[in-house]
This record gives sequence, C-alpha cells and structure tokens, in this order.
Amino acid sequence: MKFSEQWLRELVNPAVDTDELAHQVTMAGLEVDDVESVAKDFSGVVVGEILTAEQHPNADKLQVCKVSNGVEEFQVVCGAPNARAGLKTAFAMVGAKLPTPEGDTFKIKKAKLRHVESFGMLCAEDELGLSEDHGGIMELAADAPVGTDLREYLNLDDKIIDVDLTPNRADCLSISGIAREVGVLFKAPVTYVEAKPTEAVINDTFPVALEAPQQCPRFVGRVVRNVNVQAQSPLWMVEKLRRAGVRSIDPVVDITNYVLQELGQPMHAYDLDKLTGGIFARMADQGEKLTLLDGQEIELNNDTLVIADQNGPLGIAGIMGGEASGVNAETKDVFLEAAFFNPIAIAGRARSYGLHTDSSHRFERGVDWQLQAKAMERATELLIEICGGEAGPVIEVASEENLPKVEKIRLRHAKVNSYLSFDMPVEEIEEILIRLGMSITKDGDDAWLVDVPSYRFDISIEVDLIEELARVYGYNNLPVRVPKASLPFKADVEANIGLTHIRRTLVARGYQEAITYSFIEAGLQEKFDNENKAVALANPISAEMAVMRTTVWPGLVKAVQYNQNRQQSRVRLFETGQRFLPRGENMADMLQENVVSGVVTGARHPEGWTAGNDAVDFFDVKGDVEALLALGGAADEFSFVADRHVALHPGQTARIERNGETIGYMGALHPSLAKDLGMNGAVYLFELSMDAITAGRLPRYAELSKFPESRRDLALIVDEKVAFEELRQGALENAGEYLKNITLFDVYQGQGIEVGRKSIALGLTWQHPSRTLNDDEINGAVDSVITALKEKFGASLRE
Amino acid sequence: MENIETLLAEGIAAAEKAENAQDLDQVRVEYLGKKGALSQLRKGLGKLSPEERPAAGARINEVIQAVTAKLNARKAEFDAAALEAKLASETIDVSLPGRGEELGGLHPVTKTMARIEEFFAGIGYSVAEGPEIEDDYHNFEALNIPAHHPARAMHDTFYFDAHTLLRTHTSGVQIRTMENQKPPVRIVCPGRVYRCDYDQTHSPMFHQVEGLLVDKDVSFADLKGTLEQFLREFFEEDVKVRFRPSYFPFTEPSIEVDIDRGDGKWMEVLGCGMVHPKVFESVGIDPEEYTGFAFGMGVERLAMLRYGVNDLRLFFENDLKFLRQFS
Repeated sequence: MKFSEQWLRELVNPAVDTDELAHQVTMAGLEVDDVESVAKDFSGVVVGEILTAEQHPNADKLQVCKVSNGVEEFQVVCGAPNARAGLKTAFAMVGAKLPTPEGDTFKIKKAKLRHVESFGMLCAEDELGLSEDHGGIMELAADAPVGTDLREYLNLDDKIIDVDLTPNRADCLSISGIAREVGVLFKAPVTYVEAKPTEAVINDTFPVALEAPQQCPRFVGRVVRNVNVQAQSPLWMVEKLRRAGVRSIDPVVDITNYVLQELGQPMHAYDLDKLTGGIFARMADQGEKLTLLDGQEIELNNDTLVIADQNGPLGIAGIMGGEASGVNAETKDVFLEAAFFNPIAIAGRARSYGLHTDSSHRFERGVDWQLQAKAMERATELLIEICGGEAGPVIEVASEENLPKVEKIRLRHAKVNSYLSFDMPVEEIEEILIRLGMSITKDGDDAWLVDVPSYRFDISIEVDLIEELARVYGYNNLPVRVPKASLPFKADVEANIGLTHIRRTLVARGYQEAITYSFIEAGLQEKFDNENKAVALANPISAEMAVMRTTVWPGLVKAVQYNQNRQQSRVRLFETGQRFLPRGENMADMLQENVVSGVVTGARHPEGWTAGNDAVDFFDVKGDVEALLALGGAADEFSFVADRHVALHPGQTARIERNGETIGYMGALHPSLAKDLGMNGAVYLFELSMDAITAGRLPRYAELSKFPESRRDLALIVDEKVAFEELRQGALENAGEYLKNITLFDVYQGQGIEVGRKSIALGLTWQHPSRTLNDDEINGAVDSVITALKEKFGASLRE
Repeated sequence: MENIETLLAEGIAAAEKAENAQDLDQVRVEYLGKKGALSQLRKGLGKLSPEERPAAGARINEVIQAVTAKLNARKAEFDAAALEAKLASETIDVSLPGRGEELGGLHPVTKTMARIEEFFAGIGYSVAEGPEIEDDYHNFEALNIPAHHPARAMHDTFYFDAHTLLRTHTSGVQIRTMENQKPPVRIVCPGRVYRCDYDQTHSPMFHQVEGLLVDKDVSFADLKGTLEQFLREFFEEDVKVRFRPSYFPFTEPSIEVDIDRGDGKWMEVLGCGMVHPKVFESVGIDPEEYTGFAFGMGVERLAMLRYGVNDLRLFFENDLKFLRQFS
C-alpha cells in the first residue's frame, strides 16, 4: 500500500518528521518498506506556456519555441514532438538545477543548438525525477497558472510511503485506515473524510436482486444521468492517485479509484445504457463466458460470484468488471456499485483466474461492511463535482442475516496480565481500546465486553484484543523474562547412533558434506532408479526440479560434475536426507526415508609427497561404508552381497543387508552412465538407510581367556569366482569351537598361479577359555578346514 | 712390582689416547685382559713374601680400578658421540606435511542448524522431525490457515495434488508432536522446507529451525526472553534485538524479530508469536489451561549473517572450494 505523506497529513498530522512517522508505524506492525520523494531535487522550474513552435532551420527533429513564464518570453530549442503552441509545460529556466540519474544536480545554461540560441529547457517527467516517462515534455492542465513554481503547483515536496501490510490489516488498505492507525499511535486527532449526501434530483433507479445473499449480503447502487465523461480529473486527484501508484484513466474510473484509495471501498461504474433488466448478484454458471476489462475472455467456474444483468455476467464480483458494460468515452448515464462481498466468497477466486486487482486484494481480506453507503455518497459527490450530472436515489439491498455481526468479546484483565506477564493498568487498557474504535462496557469487576468495529476482520477472540493492547503499548516496552520449567530426563537409547556421529565419521574419513535439491530432473532420476516411479510436482519451478528423488545419487553425481568442471578431480561428498519412495497410488503411503549417501572419485589419497597417485577403488569406499556399519557395534549383522543395480557397474555392485534385509547399495557408477554424464574416471557410490545403521547393539562383556592363542596361516588356491565370504564361512564352520578369529592377509593372482584361479591367504587364530590348546588339536582343526574347503570349493594349498 | 706406577700412568694415558671404541678395547686387552699387564702383575703376587703381599695386592686392585674407571669413562664418551652421530643422521624435515586422509567438513547449513539445536537442547528442548511431503491439513489447516486464506499467498507452495504438498515450513512437525504428546512440550523442528520461488535471495529449498514451548503460564515475556538470549548467544555479540508486530495465522500476537549488530541497520532474523488458540483447539489442548510460544528461523539466513556469505545459491552448488571454507 503506497500513499502520499501529505495526503495522510491532511487527515492526521502528528508533530514528527517522516522518519519518525515511518518508524512508529513500522513498530506498530505496518512495516514501512520504502519512503521515496515524489520528485527528485530540482529548482528553477516553472509552469511555462509555449506561445509559438517553429521548425528548427538546421535540424529536422528540433523545434524553436517561444515560451512565456508569465513575465518574459524566452527562445527555447526543444526536441519533443509534442511541443506545440498553447501547451503548458515544465519550463526549466536558465539557472535552474535539474537532477541527474546519479543523484546530483546540474545547472541549465544558455546554449546554442545547431547555431540557434536556447534559453532554458522544456522537461519530460523523467528529467525531473517524477517518473520514468520520457514520452515527451510534460502536458500540464490548460488552467495551470503560468509562472508558478512547478514544485508548488504540483505539490512536489511530498514523500511516497510504501507500507507492506500483512493480510490481517485490511482496515489499513486506505488512507483513512492508515490515518486512523496513526491517530491511535500518536494520540493525534483524525479528520475523517465526510461524504456529503447528494440529494436525488431524479427518480431513476435500477432493480437489484441478491440471488446469492451469503456471498453478497449488501449491494448499494445509484443511477447518475448526463455525466460528462470528457471532463478532466482535477490535478489534486490525479496526483494523489499517482502517488498511490494508480494511473489516471478517465474521470469516472479515477473517482472510483479515488474512493477506493480514500475509504477502502472498491467501487464499479457501469454504463447504464448497456444494462438490461436489472442487476443480479449471483453465482456463475459453470462455463459461462465473460470478457474482462483487460480484454481477456475467461470461462467462469460455478464457485464464482458474478454481477450480472438479464443477458449474462457483467463482471466478476469484487475482482474485475467486464469490457462490454464499462464506462467509455460515449457514456452518458452511469450506474455506480458499492457492495459488500463476503471475504470467503472472493478468497482465492482471483488467483484461480490468474488475476489480482486492488479490488480483489481488499475483498479477500475484508472490506468494512458498513462502509458502502458512505462510499456511494462520496463517489456521487465527486462525480457531480467533476463531471456534472443528476443523481437518482441511493438503492440499497441488504440481507441482514448474512451480514457479519458486531462481535462482543469478553476481555479479562487477569488474562491480559498473565499473557503478557505485565500488570497493565485498567486506564491504559480502556484508553487503547477506545482509541482503536472499540466500544467497551464493564462486565464484572475485572473484565470488559468489547464491541469490535466493522472494519476489523482480524479481531474475534480475546487474544486478538490482547495483541492490540501489546501492539499499541509497544512490544519492546513489555517485560522480558526467562521461562521456568520442570525438567524431566529425556529418554536416550545408548545403543543408537546419532546423525551427528555418522556425519562426523565421514568427515574424519575425508568427506565433505553436500546438500543437493530434493527435486531433480525426471530423466536423470530414471537413469538412477528404474524401479520406483518418482512422484512429480504439479507446479515445478523448472524441468530440472520436477520430481522427488528416490535416491540421493543423482544430486551427488551432479555435484561431482560441477566440481570436475572446476578443476577438482578428487571429490568425496556425502549427504544425509530424505528419499521419497512411492508405495502404491496413495500419496499418504509414500515412504519418506532418511538415508546417508556418498560419492567418491579421483585419487585414493590427497595429492602429496608420499601418497602415490592410485585412483580410488571399490574397496576404499567399502572401508568407509564398513566404518559406518560398525558404529553401532553390530558390524557382524551386515553383509555385502554381489547384485545388480541399474546405476551401477554390473560386476562391482554390492547389495548391503542387515540380517538378511536390504538396507542399501554400493558400487561403481555404471561406466555407460558415467560416460553419459561426462564423468572423469571411475565414480563410486553408496546409499544406506539411516534407520538400519543408527540402530546399534549394546556391548556385552565376554570372559577373557588367560591361555595363549595359536595361529596358523593358510594360503589357499581357488577358482577366481569363489567369493572370499564363502571361503570364510567354510573355514568358520569347520575350524572347531575354539576358533577366535579369521583374518584375510593376502589375495593374489598372477605369476605362479594358474590362470582363472587365485590365492587367498587366511590367518586363523584359536584360543581355549581354560587351558592351552595342544598342537594335535590345532592341526586337527586346520586339517578339517582344508578338507572342507577342498571338497566344497576345490581349494588346494599353495606350495 | 716396581713398574706398577708406570703401568698406571701408561694405562691412563693409553685410554686417553684411544681415538675410538676399537682403540679402547685394545687398551682394555693390553692392561686388563687375561694376559694384560695388570693381570700379569696380579698373578705375580704369589712370588712375594706374605708380609709384602697385602699391600701390593691392594695397590694392584686400586690401579686396576683406576684404569677400569678411565676406560669406562672413555667408553661412555665414545657411546655418547656415536649416539649423537646416529641421531644426527636420522634428522628429518619436520616441515613436510603429514601423511594420510585430510579432514572433510560439515556443510555450513548443518553447522548452523546443529548450533541452534544445541542451544535449545541445553535448555530442555528435544529435536522433532517429520515428513517433507506433507498433507494440507498439517501444513495449513491445523495452523489456522484454511483454504483460500490470503496468508497462503505468503507461502508459494509446491503441490503434488489438491491435498499433498511439499511443506512450506516445519510447523507441521509441531502439530504432529502436539497431537501425540500432552504438555509440557519443548521441541525444536529442524529441516528442509520448500517454497516455489527462485531468485538471488530465494531458494526453492531451504532450511528452517522452528521451536515450540507449551506449558502452563507461558507468556509473551518468556518468548521475548528466550529469543533475545538465543540471538546474543548465537552471534556471540551483544546484538540489539527488537520485536515488531507482524502477522502469522498460527500465532497471536505475532512478531518479527530484528537485530542490529552495531551498524544501526535492523535486519529481520526470525518470526515468532504466542500459539493461536485455534491451533491448540485443533490438537486438543485447552488454551485456557496452557499457553505457548512458537518461533521459526531460516538457517541459510543465519549462516549468511554469521559467516559473511553473500549469495544464497552457494549453499546448494556444493562447490568444494566453498564447502572447504567451513571445515
């Protein structure tokens, strides 16, 4: 909401400067976004009259004008095509100071343009910082007094105050509303606009029927005949509207816009000749068509209130009028409308047609439901003053039972005090409420019954009143304290691993945490997951942010791409967050699962003087994953199973299980996909369900043996397809009950080993809890391991 | 026996003259070895008369001890020199960088969020989380934002269908918590939130931490006290804090909080208010018995202020050169 400070001060004029005014208003909840001068600094510009305008002898686009300042005549060269004899315009005389775009001023001097002398300059609006308009020199009204200082004539020593109003303060969407609020804050008297009733001089009326009285409980109309729409809107009105950000159109539209800005009542003017049979406030029929004022044709929905005549809709109620029934240059007789539409009937409708108007903005938030008659009188008064004409009687049709009720709210002093921790004096409370326009009566010793004014749609319960008291008293003047609380212990499951621990572990292993978008491009998503159909946003910002990820990998791989494109070849990133797995058609069944994901590419070690430059491989990343799995102290419950995944290298994919249940995947990014995405070098990925790794196991002490351990090392040669894990299981099952540990200490293929086979070196350690194991026992165990592995896997001992 | 004093002088001199451990061993053999001069003298004691023997024997022992001591002292000198030489040869360039993985780092948003959580955990708040794909009821309706409420225009919402959306704030977690837990409630709700808005100062995805305290006798003054202290602790500065009336449908009164870090400029850092009775009604809490306050802050905004980051988009580009600055 933008308004002229001078206009405000005509109604209420507290003895403070603009800054203080803006500050106080802001601190009362009407946040001042911006204060700007109506015009930039300039001086020496007067209303000038062009007496003659002739072609410049040496330049096609210039004219040589004789300009009067009321006392003398000056020769001025001007390039504007609209410079013409008789025009009154802004005349910067020699010595005038004009603003520069940089915020300085420059002085107008006598000059020669193409050998013709020029004494001053005729100005366009942008040259005075009035607007961005450079369409020609200013066209002032024909009655503009020649020689008057332009700042004075246009009343330019004014500021435009822009207030960012919250949706609850519809009552401040007019200069009267702002004035009322300023009056409350500064305890200053407010001169409200009086609307002098215009007596009907003709008997003409027009029938009005409320067919949707819930949506339109009040409609005030009036016929005014023989209106001169060619009349000029007065300068004061044009300027006030301009400073409120409203362009002058024609006097009738300007008047309705002015009443809107002045009182907050949106109005509409119809060309009476175009109305047939009466006005009906009714719900639209589904699919009814209407061409709006802005020229677009829309198809109406049946949830929309329209103002119609016998032939069909004239406009969308409270939102925008129609093109056909509006006032135009030929209009003689007008029908004025000032209605109250229920906010619920208007809310969301403008948006549904892609519209947002000053009118819909106000009706959605709530227009004073007692304002219509006053607005009608005010509009009539202005119309007759400016355009002449004869007014008929005011037509008012209302559905009392559908109008809002005056709320009576009980306000308890004790509640005020406890809510604010402040014993607000009775006099203070009463004074603030009265200043806010409430009427109050005592209800018992310690409470009031409060009548809320019809313009305050935001006040319906006791705490709403407490807010008003706090706001006017000043939030910053109210006390401060620290909450008191009883503090029971919070439950804590020791075995569970926190997210922080997981993040810190990855950080310690060289990973940087990334945060990527939860919504990604559909095509990319499919490349990483062809099993889950990602759910799509109905209104995405772009195709790149269209579907909810079912895996974090695409985002991380994009981040690798971003860094590789910026000379970063070694990338280790992780992200924790949700993935979104649809479970059937019902959105409510969506599995929103927390995961930890990682991506690794580039050198195994940071570049350095000892590290070598081996590339990272599967087992480097597996080590990191194992570290995460071990955090909960239940590492033995997890296993890695060779499997396939659409995004991963078919020979380098592990499905990770916990007690047989899949909890994640890891592996090398599929080389085709890597190539497709322009990756440099092999990329490794992992993704684990957070719940599966955060649930740990409490440690359980096992008795320590005092007797020595015995270790035997076995180098076994097996087919290269035999998985280590199978061998390990085979050894575990056959090494007897005193086996304590199996270590893998070498894997070898190459010289000395038959092609297609590999050597696996295991270290087995035995220990008895209560005695020393003898050689025969150990050898027996070793033999049974070898025999079993020979039978099962064709293993032989390496010589 | 007449040459014993000579042997003493010569032995000491020889030990002194030895240039290294080998020379010294040579001297030891010459004087103290089985066939060494002093050993021979001791063997010759038997030839002396019983009267002479004790005195001569004592003198020989004295001389042997003196020579031994000298040899040991010299040995220690050589050992020390050898050790010193060995250590000198083992000198390394300690300025060379250490070996192994370098530390990664947490994202600045995570660091900031964790810091906020810790402050509130310290005064008894628990962390509560919830779904990011949320239903209309928990994101809007239960928060006193019915369909078509103008406040919905303040939330540019991403929708999936008429009832399902990406949460525009983490307030839904507050509702879910109050649905399941009777007061007192003290929670902070961190997490990702989404608004359909993308430019230099808006990201379609960002992070919030919201907080909620519900108990008996919670007042506006408690809200002011809590947030004033939080902001001073968070910035580790005596920031000026002001409370400005605002509007959120789920709080009454509603407040925006501005801070001034000494440059005279007020910056908005969070929104808050006393929980609206309608919100309590929607979760079955009696607003006559309990009151409460709620607050919400944008994590990126606080991170930007705290670390001096000047472009919101940097947080989601995941440029290593940016992320490493927060390690």
